[in-house]
Amino acid sequence: MLEIRNLHVTVGEAGIEILKGINLKVGRGEVHAIMGPNGSGKSTLARTLAGHPDSNVTQGEILYEGKNLIGMEPDQRAREGVFMAFQYPVEIPGISTAYFLRAALNAVRTQRGLEELDAVEFLGLLKEKMKIVEMDPGLLNRPVNEGFSGGEKKRNEILQMAVLEPKLAILDETDSGLDIDALKVVAAGVNRLKSPDRSIVLVTHYQRLLNYITPDFVHILLEGRIVKSGKKELALELEAKGYDWLKGEVHV
Amino acid sequence: MKKAEELINQEYKYGFVTEIEADTVPPGLNQDVIRLISSKKKEPPFMLEWRLKAYERWLTMKEPTWPKVHHPPIDYQKIIYYSAPKQKKSLSSLEEVDTELLKTFEKLGIPLEEQKRLSGVAVDAVFDSVSVATTFKEKLKELGIIFCSFSEAVQEHPDLIRKYLGSVVPANDNYYAALNSAVFSDGSFCFVPKGVRCPMELSTYFRINSADTGQFERTLIVAEEGSSVSYLEGCTAPIRDKNQLHAAVVELVALEGARIKYSTIQNWYAGDKEGKGGIFNFVTKRGKCAGRNSKISWTQVETGAAITWKYPSVILQGDNSVGEFYSVALTHNYQQADTGTKMIHIGKNTKSTILSKGIAAGHGSNSYRGLVKVLQKAAQARNYTQCDSLLLGDRSSANTFPYIEVRNRSARVEHEATTSKISEDQLFYCRSRGITGENAVSMIVNGFCKEVFKNLPMEFAVEATKLMNVSLEGAIA
Repeated sequence: MLEIRNLHVTVGEAGIEILKGINLKVGRGEVHAIMGPNGSGKSTLARTLAGHPDSNVTQGEILYEGKNLIGMEPDQRAREGVFMAFQYPVEIPGISTAYFLRAALNAVRTQRGLEELDAVEFLGLLKEKMKIVEMDPGLLNRPVNEGFSGGEKKRNEILQMAVLEPKLAILDETDSGLDIDALKVVAAGVNRLKSPDRSIVLVTHYQRLLNYITPDFVHILLEGRIVKSGKKELALELEAKGYDWLKGEVHV
Repeated sequence: MKKAEELINQEYKYGFVTEIEADTVPPGLNQDVIRLISSKKKEPPFMLEWRLKAYERWLTMKEPTWPKVHHPPIDYQKIIYYSAPKQKKSLSSLEEVDTELLKTFEKLGIPLEEQKRLSGVAVDAVFDSVSVATTFKEKLKELGIIFCSFSEAVQEHPDLIRKYLGSVVPANDNYYAALNSAVFSDGSFCFVPKGVRCPMELSTYFRINSADTGQFERTLIVAEEGSSVSYLEGCTAPIRDKNQLHAAVVELVALEGARIKYSTIQNWYAGDKEGKGGIFNFVTKRGKCAGRNSKISWTQVETGAAITWKYPSVILQGDNSVGEFYSVALTHNYQQADTGTKMIHIGKNTKSTILSKGIAAGHGSNSYRGLVKVLQKAAQARNYTQCDSLLLGDRSSANTFPYIEVRNRSARVEHEATTSKISEDQLFYCRSRGITGENAVSMIVNGFCKEVFKNLPMEFAVEATKLMNVSLEGAIA
């Protein structure tokens, strides 16, 4: 599904190198967790996969279903089935959440050779999808993320994932800023969206999200490199020992 | 639903020219031309006198230099002041309208055959210097509503014209209003009698067709006690590489308890990507809330024209009267807009609301200019003003020039202004959901304008949204 080879990325005009040779393979239907402390490059990796314009790939390849994502516009990636749930979802004043979601879905459907949905058909679909994240229907008529609480914003991200049905979903610190109840709801939503055809990459600082979403693989990112990979037990080990335990491995 | 993408990739689709034989006077302006226009329209002597007086005043006046716009000097002797499509002498029904004209308006999305119209919208179609057709006239007449071309009103209802013409915008009000008063050739007249609520939207569609012709039209709407009317105007012009002048005057009179809602979708040819050509849209629009509890509401969507200079205003004379101004002005490429409003509070408990949304893209320059004036006797007057500007790219500019004069201590005047850029984060968020960059920009811009669009009649709100998409074509590089 996804293969990252020797990925180097600089960020911003200063061109500081954040990712220094990432190698990662994600198979179809697998759940991978990328863990790392602040500043390790986790979010840069997520944003690079989604095609953020500030991320400059200086070296390496990102192969998604055999296609190179580098150079592909972010909207094209999304239409090809790549989805990123944002750490800090953005507000769009004046555009209702329902309208936004329908525009997004129809863009994706067109790419997949499907008919666009009209407002009535879309609302029917949306009703079903909203159950996945237990979202308040009142939010649909409000402008995208405007005045949403932290938990509502994150639910809205997972709702969008449910509606767009991506093949590759990257969740960037979806657990941050959530209390335990909201975390459970969001995690349950993600679990319901797991499927043999959908790969999920969880980017997280803390192990706690992984109590609710069990990853197949865990990778630890430090200073722009994946320093250790393992099964879900690695996350527990990390929780017990802290990131300092791996600091020695950085320059290997 | 039509895809926004298709809309974005449209060029200015109203840029065609109609081949039709025209009755045109030679370019230039002098007393003889004014006499000629007046005689062509078979006007009563009072009209000619009024025109000539305005012309004399105009000769002593100077073009305003205070707007934040620039353009090469206008040679008023090179403008053609009257051009009318040749038609049969008098039209008694629509069947007699030249088929080329009917086709033109059909192509503009304004079919004039009544059965084809959106039910509930009556249209006066103005082509260059004359009105060519007015729909639903008879139906409205049954209710006592007069809706006809200005020329017809001058002949059929001279007393009303005499009473109200120039009563809100005097002939010598400003340079362009004086010019218009001297040479105006047609426009629309609407009179809603006491207690009548006009059951349909009234509208005027202005089309400039001939080259080198200026369009000078007047609209006069009078709403008697307790009546109400909603009015819309739209405008387009062919693509030409020379600038053309459009200097209109609109006067609204609302008597006690009357309500007038006036909406404009202005889509004149804006010039090309290098700023060549386009319409100079220099317009004076003003309403008078003459009676108590009356209300005048302006909504404008200004996306076309090379230069827009207009300040739809309300004189709040009657106690408890209400004035509103909702505006979206978009400037792209080399377009310039200096637009806003004047709210003149004279009566007690008068209220005004100003909501202005300016969007500048490319090299566009967008200025809000507004005056809120509270006179001594306007106790408890209230105004709320909000001006928001949105910039796209780094070569566009936005300015806000608010003028506030308050002479009554009990008045409350609030002003808020913001300027923002479309953020990269918003764009990326939309794009990461599969929405193309251009669609994302128009979505964000439409969201920005929403509070204004919601004041437009339903069909026109849809039209306005589409128009924004087209006007923003290529706004993101």
